[in-house]
Amino acid sequence: MEFSVAAVLPQIFTGLVLGMIFVLLAIGLSLIFGLMTVVNFAHGALYMLGAYFTVFFLGYTRNFWLALLLAPLMVGMFGLLVERFLIRRLYGRSPDDPLLLTFGLSLVLIETAKLLWGKIGLTLDPPRELGGAVNLGFMAFPAYRLFVIAVTVVVLLALWAFLTRTNVGLIIRAGSRDPLMVRALGIDLNRIWLLVFGIGCGLAGLAGALAGPMRGAYAEMGVTMVIESFVVVVVGGMGSLLGAVVAGIMMGQVVGITTFFAPQLAEIMVFVVMALVLLVRPSGIFGEAGLME
Amino acid sequence: MPGARAVAGWVGRHPVGAFVVFFAVFPFLVPYKALASQVLIFGLFALGFNLLYGYTGLLSFGHAAYYGLGAYGTGIALAKLKLGSLWLGLAAGPLLAVLGGAAIGFFCLRRRGIYFAMLTLAFAQLLYFIAFHLADLTGGDDGLRGIPQLPVNLFGWKISIESTLGFYYFAFALVCLAVAGLKRILDSPFGTVLQAIRENGDRAAACGYDVRRIKHLSFVFSALFAGLAGALDALRLAVVPVESLYWVTSGQVVIMTLLGGAGTFFGPFVGAGTYLVLEDRLSVFTESWPLVIGLIFMTFVLFLPKGIWGTLVANLPGGASAEGQP
Repeated sequence: MEFSVAAVLPQIFTGLVLGMIFVLLAIGLSLIFGLMTVVNFAHGALYMLGAYFTVFFLGYTRNFWLALLLAPLMVGMFGLLVERFLIRRLYGRSPDDPLLLTFGLSLVLIETAKLLWGKIGLTLDPPRELGGAVNLGFMAFPAYRLFVIAVTVVVLLALWAFLTRTNVGLIIRAGSRDPLMVRALGIDLNRIWLLVFGIGCGLAGLAGALAGPMRGAYAEMGVTMVIESFVVVVVGGMGSLLGAVVAGIMMGQVVGITTFFAPQLAEIMVFVVMALVLLVRPSGIFGEAGLME
Repeated sequence: MPGARAVAGWVGRHPVGAFVVFFAVFPFLVPYKALASQVLIFGLFALGFNLLYGYTGLLSFGHAAYYGLGAYGTGIALAKLKLGSLWLGLAAGPLLAVLGGAAIGFFCLRRRGIYFAMLTLAFAQLLYFIAFHLADLTGGDDGLRGIPQLPVNLFGWKISIESTLGFYYFAFALVCLAVAGLKRILDSPFGTVLQAIRENGDRAAACGYDVRRIKHLSFVFSALFAGLAGALDALRLAVVPVESLYWVTSGQVVIMTLLGGAGTFFGPFVGAGTYLVLEDRLSVFTESWPLVIGLIFMTFVLFLPKGIWGTLVANLPGGASAEGQP
């Protein structure tokens, strides 16, 4: 095998696309954890719902763009219900309890998906406009994958602007630092938590909707993803959004490049990197820094 | 009912004795005898998990790792290395689980709380992928096949474990030893410190206890019990499916322990029995039985966090004494 740059470059780009999906999932997990100290185990199941909802809305509206918009919104709305009627009952109890509850929820969602859409899984084609490949000058790359990278960058910029440039964003950042103080200032944190949980779930739905045309939709698609996204969050530093972005891209590269040299090691390398980071820096790359810093 | 109170009191004073009496006749109380062995083995698995979660306060989401290591250790020793002795084969599994538990525990205990839970899960998935790809040693996706059910050699006596009842009482003897061992651990100063750490780790540290070392020890003991359960299951099935390392297995033991009652002596066995009977009954009606179990589990987390046994003990007259509480 010849290790030419031309052969490795597509892997790097494929890794970047996977990294984008990791980033969207990890940033939602991290945002929810940073503010509410809740680990949402159902994040993977919501990612799966995002993909299925896209297939569903595509069949209904025949319009990929509309489906891509509606699916994450629906997943976000579902997240609001989950927070309001399930997670909220567990505030003040052991931090393990929301994790256990969302674990049960993810079992329920996976089995429901199997009941509704079958066990085998569905395929999803990218829209015709993004069907071909784009010549980047040095190589050709599927247009849809470039689109995934672009969407993620836009969403990240929007999220960053929301958190740093709006009043609600300010409250979210303050709430993750010192919820008691924010409450003392007369702010209803329950509504903020509801909103953040919804946004986090919506991001998981978006990740699933974007991944659908590349990987299809199947009931257990989120299980490995949620574990790997959590690894991303641990490596990046829990609660640090910048850490989630950096570590997500890094893990995408780790998987992409390992796939090129030794495909059977790709799944394992993610965990090896995690173990190394834990040894050297137990709090993760950006562990000490607070939200958005 | 004074009678019930007396029984509960006796159970509380002699939990190991009560366990022996109940499980000695247990195969004759369930619909079919193979289910009895399953309850016993998964109860032991849940007992190991409960030592870590219920008594030490550490939620592991990756206990499939030690169960699977136990199963593969025994399976590989008997099927691949062709060790001619059942005892040596049976020892290999828990030994491997203990080594794995010591190594993984070292990494996971670098973080606390929620991180710990997800790290244990990540390491279990790592082992799953390794077992999946090391097909020469583990059989990969097909599972490890051809584990012989050698006869038990006890001081020259040869006892066959090929019959369902023969295997049950062989497993029963070992699980009784494990239950007695757990009781011994819980009654020791070490066991008391475990519960102190669960209640308040900082305070235990302030009292001069090396909290991280004690947690690590608890982790290793927990892996030992889980590994023994895995080893017994490898003998029972004569095969180790690669799913024994999968996250679903880790989830099962979490569900079983919480259904029964975390932090109670009998809870894990109550939970394992409930789960397996539910699975057995529900799978007749629907393929989606995990959906029902998931809903039941969510209901328990929300409304009955003490589990079946924990709630009974808290609410029945004389119930508290069944857990050895005054």
